[in-house]
Amino acid sequence: MGMFDGIAGFGVTFSTMFKKVVTEEYPLVKKVTAPRYHGRHQLNRHPDGLEKCVGCELCAWACPADAIYVEGGDNTPEARYSPGERYGAIYQINYLRCIGCGLCIEACPTRSLTMTNEYELADDDRQDLIYTKEMLLAPLLPGMEQPPHPMRLGDDEQDYYVQGPEMARQGREQAGEHDLDTDNRAGANVEPGAALVGKGPLAKRGSPEASGATGEGRS
Amino acid sequence: MTQAPEQEAPPVPEGHVRLTIDGQTVDAPKGELLIRTCERLGIVVPRFCDHPLLDPAGACRQCLVEVEMGGRPMPKPQASCTMTVADGMVVKTQHTSPVADKAQQGVMELLLINHPLDCPICDKGGECPLQNQAMSSGRAESRFVEEKRHFAKPLPISDEVLLDRERCVLCQRCTRFSEQIAGDPFIELLERGAHQQIGTEETAWGEGEEFQSYFSGNTIQICPVGALTSASYRFRSRPFDLVSTPGQCEHCASGCSTRRDWRRGGVTRVLAGEDPNVNEEWLCDKGRFAFRYPTSPQRVLAPMVRGDDGELVAVSWIEALERAAELLLAARDGSGPGRVLVGDDGVEAEGDPKKGVGVLPGGRLTVEDAYAYGKFARLALRSNDVDHRARVHSDEELDFLAGHVAGVAPGHVSYAHLEAARTVLCVAFDPEEESPIVFLRLRKASRHGTRVVHVGSWTTPAVAKTGGHLVRVAPGDEPAALDDLPDDVATALGEPGAVVLVGERAAEVPGLLTAVAGLGSRTGARVAWVPRRAGERGGVDAGALPTLLPGARLLTDADAREAVAAVWGVPTLPESPGRDVTAMLRAAADGVLAGLVVGGLEPADLPDPALARAALAEADVVVSLEQVFSEVTGYADVVLPVAPAVNRGGTYRNWEGRDRTFATTIDPGQGSSGRVGGTAAITLPDCRVLDSLAVEMDVDLFTQTPAAAAAELAELGTVAVTPSTPRTRPDSEPAGRAPGTVRLATWRQLLDGGALLAQEPDLPGTARPARLRVAAATAERLGLVAGEPARLHAAEQPGRHAEPDPTLAGLDLVVELADLPEDVVWAPSHVPGASGVTTLAALGLHHGGPVRVTGSAAPESGDQQ
Ligand code: SF4
Ligand code: SF4
Ligand code: FES
Repeated sequence: MGMFDGIAGFGVTFSTMFKKVVTEEYPLVKKVTAPRYHGRHQLNRHPDGLEKCVGCELCAWACPADAIYVEGGDNTPEARYSPGERYGAIYQINYLRCIGCGLCIEACPTRSLTMTNEYELADDDRQDLIYTKEMLLAPLLPGMEQPPHPMRLGDDEQDYYVQGPEMARQGREQAGEHDLDTDNRAGANVEPGAALVGKGPLAKRGSPEASGATGEGRS
Repeated sequence: MTQAPEQEAPPVPEGHVRLTIDGQTVDAPKGELLIRTCERLGIVVPRFCDHPLLDPAGACRQCLVEVEMGGRPMPKPQASCTMTVADGMVVKTQHTSPVADKAQQGVMELLLINHPLDCPICDKGGECPLQNQAMSSGRAESRFVEEKRHFAKPLPISDEVLLDRERCVLCQRCTRFSEQIAGDPFIELLERGAHQQIGTEETAWGEGEEFQSYFSGNTIQICPVGALTSASYRFRSRPFDLVSTPGQCEHCASGCSTRRDWRRGGVTRVLAGEDPNVNEEWLCDKGRFAFRYPTSPQRVLAPMVRGDDGELVAVSWIEALERAAELLLAARDGSGPGRVLVGDDGVEAEGDPKKGVGVLPGGRLTVEDAYAYGKFARLALRSNDVDHRARVHSDEELDFLAGHVAGVAPGHVSYAHLEAARTVLCVAFDPEEESPIVFLRLRKASRHGTRVVHVGSWTTPAVAKTGGHLVRVAPGDEPAALDDLPDDVATALGEPGAVVLVGERAAEVPGLLTAVAGLGSRTGARVAWVPRRAGERGGVDAGALPTLLPGARLLTDADAREAVAAVWGVPTLPESPGRDVTAMLRAAADGVLAGLVVGGLEPADLPDPALARAALAEADVVVSLEQVFSEVTGYADVVLPVAPAVNRGGTYRNWEGRDRTFATTIDPGQGSSGRVGGTAAITLPDCRVLDSLAVEMDVDLFTQTPAAAAAELAELGTVAVTPSTPRTRPDSEPAGRAPGTVRLATWRQLLDGGALLAQEPDLPGTARPARLRVAAATAERLGLVAGEPARLHAAEQPGRHAEPDPTLAGLDLVVELADLPEDVVWAPSHVPGASGVTTLAALGLHHGGPVRVTGSAAPESGDQQ
């Protein structure tokens, strides 16, 4: 029995004291996810606020977990929600079912559906985990207008797809955002609303515009 | 399969040719289209314009194959949908011929040049032949980089059908359907070259004839791309969300097979089912689009009992059934309060107690339900007072039904008979308005040489579209006309296979059904009765009539009564013949009958709506079995909710006598998929509710399920019927009319605001407008101007059946000239308007009766339109 035997057992303890801490201080400190983390979905908007979703249900078709429910609707001159004829009248994602695979993002023909980095998807009520269209829609940024409203970017939907990306880039530059990710795969957001939430530092979540997009602001 | 080469090939059968397709030798009947022969061999040739029920067109060129005749290849690939088989032909499809494959790819590329890439928002996406065949026979890459053709879209062809010309592949299925099948040329190929497009007169010139067709919805189903879509289904769902369940149309006695596609507890669309014996692949627009009534906010979703305050309150089934049973027992046995008599001196005295309960099941029942109503009346209520005819009716009709309709098998007259007949005579029957699929068959037959003769008062669209043979008679004179048919028609009816079709409204003309039966026995032509509603025929066979027991048994026949009593396990059945609808209503209104059990029936449909209302008000007890709150439930003491056709199973029996059995489409009890959305919570059919009600009255009906009821009905079987002419031939009323009146001809139109059209906003837009029709000379004499409104009034003498409703001043309709006889006007019996449906019966007006017509109605005096 040596004299250090009494403290030898603390060797691991002491050595660990000088290593990097692995403990997550969640929820006091929130984890920064990888930029393409598959978090909560978001339904994006055109630069004038019209919805990109056309209610085509391809996301629902692609979903291997049957987590998405969509019903299309008819845009009328009086009530227009998206450019073109069709919009998503009912849109629901059931986060009890979603496995975060991102196949829906791949399927979306208008890049309406993207994923944010928001991962706090737990609740004590099953009903609350079925997110509705209002909860999933991207927040209105400056220059956007709550639909229904007429098409502001052109006479038909073509103009939205031709001019839309350019206008969105201008909007982002004004907002001081940089498009870090030009390879737009699942989870990478080029949408103005998504850019704020998906790639900004965590501190940004406190900003008033962003809170709506994280789902915290749902009421 | 190898064949020894030396083996001698069997001889080619008579009328056949032998050819080779993709190396397989096949015998095909002469004249068969190549594409059909390929189908029989299981070789799939892509196609768009080809449709087995339409004449070949060769419009799309997608079906190109390589053909070799007599050892010499044809210079270019040939369209297999227009080329008929020939002896010694050698055919190579895309499976074996690179030339055919390349040709098909080229055609596909051409078709896609102007086709927009909007599959994600197109209703056809997921079930689109163009999508599928672009995958199977197209290139993966497009070489077309130029601007595609653009059209304004969508273009409403009618209120129910929308056209997207950008998506059209110009296959002309729709135009061929409208011209060949429906006979309403509402949609046409317009322009030429790159501008070629589908359109209507209106789309071409901005105005044109009003589009009208009862069959327009079929074009949506046969369009191979998403160019024609349904306004009511537009963007509602995707084919892969839908559960498709085979169903039966509940709207009329044609008996069409349908396919009901549903999602989340509600039907999203109805498509035609395939049944070559009945509807082929067609459906009328009523059957296709009128499926939303079960989602009406007016649905009764719980049993209701009228409280002391006079309001209906929802109660449990047990409470409602107990209350109904208690009331019905008291009414049946006459232990209720006595009838109050007011003497000449004004003193009230208590007279004989009211006694007995009448049953009015209505005409929309399944066979099983009708059987349950009849059994309920006879066992639980101990009387024969049951009559499902919620329409014009007569004693003569009862005799006719017993002698010519009840128990007659579909082998007597069927759709196939109509098609094969050389001559068909339609009496008191406008097929397009009253049984649309019968009309399509008659039209098909007439295109192939059948002579369809109509006995009617004017050349209706149905007459014009089935060859235009009209025996013009004034309303009421039909029996005489039948006795004195033109010689050629009478002779033709004597030929084998001739058919006489008689409509349900023949009951309105005294002597007509007798004349029809007489004509049948005189000429040997087969007689068939074609009612309007889906439940009419089933009601006759199931014994929901005052003089008929189930299985075509006459109530007056003691043996028949005994046989039924034995199966029902009771010693005897009530013997005295029951009252018919009008007699029951009159007895109830006069305070003789104490109670009424009423199924799905609207007073407005009855020959005397005012009498029906009086009866419902006067009866001590009214028990209503209903799907929706209606006029009858307003009078009811107990309302028992019953399931709509989608939430239950059963059997409709169509006019042929063919059983159209269907299973439950949406069972709200089975998992969440049926429960969410929709209002369907009631799944009990009438027969089940009546069974439970009878149990409360200490009687067992054994009709808990439609299957149980059907089994018992099958056990009873059908007795052989000896065709008999009605015993008495009532004399036609003398045509004496008050001066200033003319005679009225009237019948119902297909889309006229019936109860099952509720909740479908677009359908009324496709209805034929209600018009007053009159011959030019009569119009001139009466001072009527075509295109101007005129007003129909009750004649001075009240009609045969009814007192006019004093609140109705008259009915304003726009005048249209037609080839009616002198001094006759025609108007539809039901005229839907902003404030509900106005019926001519409510005005005291009836077919064959007098009517007063005044021109240029003063617009301010009461708008009944
Ligand atoms: S991420 Fe995957 S599981 Fe979740 S909704 Fe999309 S497709 Fe379905
Ligand atoms: S509208 Fe449809 S059915 Fe008619 S021609 Fe065009 S593709 Fe054919
Ligand atoms: S299918 Fe043969 S030409 Fe269209």
